[in-house]
Amino acid sequence: MNEPKIACRNLWKLYGADPEGFLRRHGGKPAIEAIRAEGYIPAVRDVSFDVMPGEILVVMGLSGSGKSTLLRCLSRLIEPTAGEVMFEGRNMLAATESELIELRRHKMGMVFQNFALLPHRTVLDNVAFPLQVRGTSRQERESRAREVIELVGLKGREAYYPRELSGGQQQRVGIARSLAVGPELWFLDEPFSALDPLIRKEMQDEFLRLQKVLNKTIVFITHDFDEAIRVADRIAIMRDGAVEQLGTAEELVTRPATPYVAKFTQNIPRDRLLSVRSAMVPAAPRKAAKNAICVDDLLASVARQVVTSESPVDVVDGEGMLVGTLDRAAYIDTLYEQEPTR
Amino acid sequence: MSAVALDRPVKVDEATILGKATRPALVILPFLILFLAAPSLPGWMTTVPKAWAIPFIDWTNTLIDHLREDMMFGLFSFRDLTRWVADLITWPLALVEGLLVSGFPDVGVPAMPWVMTAGLFGVLGWFLRDWRLGALAAAGVAYMAVFGKWELSMITLSVVLVAAPIAGMIGFLAGILAVKKPWFEAAIVPILNVLQSLPHFSYLIPIAVFIGVGHKAGAIATVIFAIPPMARLTILGLKGVAEEIREAGRMAGCTRFQMLWMVEVPAARQALLVGVNQVIMQCLAMVVIASFVGARGLGHDLLFRLQSLKIGQALESGVAIVLMAIVLDQLSRAAAEKQPSHAKTSGIWIARFPFLSAGIAVVGISLFLAAITPYASVWPAELTLSTAPLWDGLVDWVMLYFFDPLQYFRDAMLLYVLIPVRSLFQQIPWTAMLALVAMAGWMLGGLRLAAIVSGFVLFIAFAGFWERSLITAYMVAVAVVLCILIGLPIGIWASKTERRAEMAKLWCDTFQTFPSFIYLIPVIMLFKVGDVAAIAAIIIYAMIPIIRYTVFGLRNVPQHIVEAGITSGCTKRQLLWNIRMPLAFPEIMLGINQTIMFALFMVIIAAFIGTKDIGQEIFRALTFNDAGKGLVLGLCVAFMGLTADKLITAWSAERKSRLGLA
Ligand SMILES: Nc1ncnc2c1ncn2[C@@H]1O[C@H](COP(=O)(O)OP(=O)(O)OP(=O)(O)O)[C@@H](O)[C@H]1O
Ligand SMILES: [Mg+2]
Repeated sequence: MNEPKIACRNLWKLYGADPEGFLRRHGGKPAIEAIRAEGYIPAVRDVSFDVMPGEILVVMGLSGSGKSTLLRCLSRLIEPTAGEVMFEGRNMLAATESELIELRRHKMGMVFQNFALLPHRTVLDNVAFPLQVRGTSRQERESRAREVIELVGLKGREAYYPRELSGGQQQRVGIARSLAVGPELWFLDEPFSALDPLIRKEMQDEFLRLQKVLNKTIVFITHDFDEAIRVADRIAIMRDGAVEQLGTAEELVTRPATPYVAKFTQNIPRDRLLSVRSAMVPAAPRKAAKNAICVDDLLASVARQVVTSESPVDVVDGEGMLVGTLDRAAYIDTLYEQEPTR
Repeated sequence: MSAVALDRPVKVDEATILGKATRPALVILPFLILFLAAPSLPGWMTTVPKAWAIPFIDWTNTLIDHLREDMMFGLFSFRDLTRWVADLITWPLALVEGLLVSGFPDVGVPAMPWVMTAGLFGVLGWFLRDWRLGALAAAGVAYMAVFGKWELSMITLSVVLVAAPIAGMIGFLAGILAVKKPWFEAAIVPILNVLQSLPHFSYLIPIAVFIGVGHKAGAIATVIFAIPPMARLTILGLKGVAEEIREAGRMAGCTRFQMLWMVEVPAARQALLVGVNQVIMQCLAMVVIASFVGARGLGHDLLFRLQSLKIGQALESGVAIVLMAIVLDQLSRAAAEKQPSHAKTSGIWIARFPFLSAGIAVVGISLFLAAITPYASVWPAELTLSTAPLWDGLVDWVMLYFFDPLQYFRDAMLLYVLIPVRSLFQQIPWTAMLALVAMAGWMLGGLRLAAIVSGFVLFIAFAGFWERSLITAYMVAVAVVLCILIGLPIGIWASKTERRAEMAKLWCDTFQTFPSFIYLIPVIMLFKVGDVAAIAAIIIYAMIPIIRYTVFGLRNVPQHIVEAGITSGCTKRQLLWNIRMPLAFPEIMLGINQTIMFALFMVIIAAFIGTKDIGQEIFRALTFNDAGKGLVLGLCVAFMGLTADKLITAWSAERKSRLGLA
């Protein structure tokens, strides 16, 4: 039960003349300077993490930081230079081609940044494609395709060709296609980056709604922190192929592991990300005041109450037990990144 | 500030001046020295000594004889094999020809009535683009019936309809194999390069040797000639499929087979259909020329009339060929451009399948018409129109009013341009040429390129046809220079507005579809035979690419650079010469490259009107069925083209990357 859906250990991907030999010569853990000095491109460096069933892991980083490469190593669209990838505890890298095909036909789905729809197929045929590939009968695959098309809100467009659809609609087709086989593990590589901001917001909502129904295990790539915060359970920040820090959004903002992560997260609207928990001061148990706030409330939602109150506001947990207090000064310090003066 | 990209360095240090000047100097100097010193050079340095000639031709002929006579596969010989394979084509050929013209007398089924053929072409055009293309296609077919070219044109059409799918299929499969197996690609791409620069006639000679002459041999030559472009476009198309689409296929769990046939090939559909268009047009061009080995049809008709100098009648046949080229090109082009769009899923059958319904209606109606009137099945001879008198009139008129000026022009051209240039070319020592080419290769692409292009020149020199090759080179050079002098200004003029550019593109597209042989007709009409006529034919044909690339290059200069020029106050003229021209120049050079290729193709065909170059020798080889000579000479021509091609592409690529355009 508590086995990770997908996990990787010390995953490496270098581009260059002889990456395997290079890694071996450097004892498997070359420093970034050594990699650069010998003209190799560090796409993925020593990445390890677990993704639990039902979890959404967001991978973030600037362009060229190796996000797509990492994702493609996980799905084995490209071969890692070194390391392990485990799917449900099985070693993915030892899988034969036919095992891989089986895995992809039944357990994995992927959504691409530029949609990657097949231009010669209608919406229906695009969505039914993975089913057709695995040999499902026409009737069955079409009825299943219609189901997912309806799920992503494209009913009525089944007979259209991709070029007759808008970008947002095309990406819905991409999503529907990746869902058609009912995958347990869902890879999304910057699925909404090619869309304009309004549509992107709409698609994110759509995605969250879907995930509520489907509850898949997801690895989601983006370079947009707002998007990451909206969808992520945990976020991994990548730089030059290495994961700098992996944790919840709140952890990244409040306890950045490196200056890079701190810089990366400094412009986040903290009041919409942080909860009362990260700003409050623990208090000795006593009876809570009537107007107490909940420890999981976002800072933004209690702003008025805390800022207008002369005295610290009581904070209670889910059961109504007092766990701490929050005063104006601590509230403002947390929002504006000052070390709280306790 | 805005014209950063255009800044010339104000301070030029000596090293760069030297660097800039030395490169061209290094290329030109050895050539000049050898050229000027020619009279005092030892003989072996100026002309290739006879004793040095390598008997490529004998070797090739020995090989061919061996293949032809001795090579046995158990019970049958190689020649039996080739003939047997060639016989395979007679079946589909007979079938299509039977359908279109001759009918099937054995089973008592007549050919399709001409109204049916015209109607079906019309429906096809309507389906592929719109009713106007449909009308064009139907009218094109009807023209053949009404103007008495029915039988000839349908025979030509059947060769195209049979050869194109076979060539397309073979090229397609070869292309797939090349994409999937790197070793095959490494082997086939250089071969494709040579094959695509071999003159048409070089294909005909081995065919004549192995298969014989006749209609069937012509069809086979057509098939073989049309394979390379399809293979090349298949490779290009499959490689052009976006990596992401391929990944989508893999993530869906495609096997390799599914990947190829369900993802890659359909996704490359457009490029493949462009290949089909090329194949069809190459087939038509070749089937016209294949009349030299006895292919029947319009080409044969044209050849016969040209040989007997019946210009008016030749023009009539030429018009029919041109019309057929336009219709076939437009139809296959429309097929490539056609994008799928969603179909109606409800409504009555006719509304859901309008084209199928129309096709069935055409068949029904024409069968009915054919039953009530014979005019619908075969256009009556007494109603046949002929345009020949019209063309004859035109020819007479031209002769009447232009004979003297043309004569004068021709003589002046010969006396003051062609003969001096020719004798100049004939004085070039072969070592000078070799030095020029090798140095250029070295400067542009290092030792590797130098070795390749020198190899080409050495082959030509030692094959024993150096003098003939120089004559070919002189004709091509004169023609190309004239093409640039005429074509560049036209291209510049046409690039001025969007409308003109569109027009120029349309004209270029149209003229390029005409089989090259056609261009001989007006030229013979104006200049009779000889060098002037040949060069005129080359110029008309080879002008197309230079115009096309000039327009394309000038119109595709990045807009922001042009705007930078405007804001720094350039006049229109400065804009053209200081900004557009330098940036478009690499593209224009590619146009010149194409022009050279076209010129080489045409110069060989022009042998038909009496030139004294390699083409003439190839022609002779054709008459004497000397396959070895034909092939070696063909290779000489191909290597001339490839030398120019390699050097110019290297230059253009370097220049483009330096300008940041690549
Ligand atoms: N096939 C390849 N050959 C050489 N280098 C490559 C190749 N594919 C990727 N790289 C390099 O690996 C690095 C990581 O690329 P990757 O595509 O994973 O970045 P990314 O984080 O997904 O960026 P983006 O946000 O732009 O998609 C980049 O420096 C890239 O240039
Ligand atoms: Mg990426």
